[in-house]
Amino acid sequence: MSRFLDTFFKWPVFERYLPAILKGMAVTIEIAVLVVIAGILLGLALAVVRAFRLRAINVLIIVFVDTFRALPPLVLILLVYFGLPNVGINVPSFAVLWLVLSLVLAAFAEEIFWAGILSIPKGQWEAARSTGLSHLATLAHVVLPQAVRLAVPPLTNRTIAITKNTALGTVIGVGEILNQATAAQSFSGNATPLMMGAVAYLMLFVPVVVLGRFLETRFAWRRV
Amino acid sequence: MPDAKPHILDIRGLRKTFGATEVLHGIDLAVQAQELVFVIGPSGSGKSTLLRCCNRLEEPSAGSIRVDGADIMARSTDVNAMRRCIGMVFQSFNLYPHLNALRNVTLALAKVLGKTRAEAERIGMAALDRVGLADKAKSYPGELSGGQQQRVAIARALALEPKIMLFDEPTSALDPELVGSVLAVMRDLKRGGMTMLVVSHEMRFARDAADRVIFMDHGRIVEQGPPQQIFSAPREARTLAFIAELTR
Repeated sequence: MSRFLDTFFKWPVFERYLPAILKGMAVTIEIAVLVVIAGILLGLALAVVRAFRLRAINVLIIVFVDTFRALPPLVLILLVYFGLPNVGINVPSFAVLWLVLSLVLAAFAEEIFWAGILSIPKGQWEAARSTGLSHLATLAHVVLPQAVRLAVPPLTNRTIAITKNTALGTVIGVGEILNQATAAQSFSGNATPLMMGAVAYLMLFVPVVVLGRFLETRFAWRRV
Repeated sequence: MPDAKPHILDIRGLRKTFGATEVLHGIDLAVQAQELVFVIGPSGSGKSTLLRCCNRLEEPSAGSIRVDGADIMARSTDVNAMRRCIGMVFQSFNLYPHLNALRNVTLALAKVLGKTRAEAERIGMAALDRVGLADKAKSYPGELSGGQQQRVAIARALALEPKIMLFDEPTSALDPELVGSVLAVMRDLKRGGMTMLVVSHEMRFARDAADRVIFMDHGRIVEQGPPQQIFSAPREARTLAFIAELTR
């Protein structure tokens, strides 16, 4: 028992590495928030563009979306981080992580928003257009408000799944939670920092998961 | 009969094809100001398509359509400006479920006509009052009966002060006891001088409110005339068979 406590909950190690883990949390929160904002906005923008049904542009969107949904995020992160310097572009690891996860989230978000847009009955479009609303105005005031509601539950789940991938930043040296924890673990030769990292993830993501569940019930759409 | 009143709607040689199938084979139809024209016919006869061509929800394949003298198919026509002059009421109401009754009515007033919020709400409330639903302004479509929803939909079209209103089977999705309230509103519109083109099977309503009844079959106008003639003494065998089927 004391060996177990010594391995995972050693007080001096805890005290010593707490600042590092807290710093990691701050970095994780920062990246996660930026990824959520950029990913969801880009996804929504792509879905809106797709709703104009311009064939050539839609093909590009679909290729982008399918590629980024199919590739493991880690592959993309390594590819960008180690590939770009070879063509003379040096991007900080933080930016690489943000960029890749944002694009991955955007790809999934686009599909979710698009599915939402498609599920709005044709009659809604016709009613709005028959009153003189343009395609864009119909999208903005009639279709998207309904589609976004439909998108909230799946989008919440996907957003949680992708923001957790901030932990992948550790392989390219982004100072987020896992990176701080593994570094502390190798310096101290003790697993306490890893436990601290796990607790830090729980503290960050349990509220988000709970919020997600709340949003799912709150936005469950009563159809007419 | 001399044309005393100008034609609000003037359709000539209208054809519509879906793929290889032609569903309207050259329709000629003129509707005068303040006239209520009823279109009846078996399902698949092209009635709804005819109506939907009138505001280009369906793009006509050939022919011409004029609304209050303006060619709605001209290249220079602003489709959105044209549509707000043509009210449309749908079988399935198509109210916006995320907006309350008043906002359903005011959306186009604000976004298309650029009315201020206060002005849009004043017009919207007047339109809801006209269909007897001023007290339901804050209700969402999901909280209204089918008949009330359809009346809100009528108010939504009415608020834009259209030159003509198109009704696409406005009572077909309603429970029988709710039909009357919608027809009462339509009757009131007729009294107020609204020009209306109605696709419907409400024969009793057609009999006492319509100025003219058109019978369509297989994408053609088979027969038209005052309701008494069409319902009581049709000249065409197909009309007779259809009326007999309906009134059976």
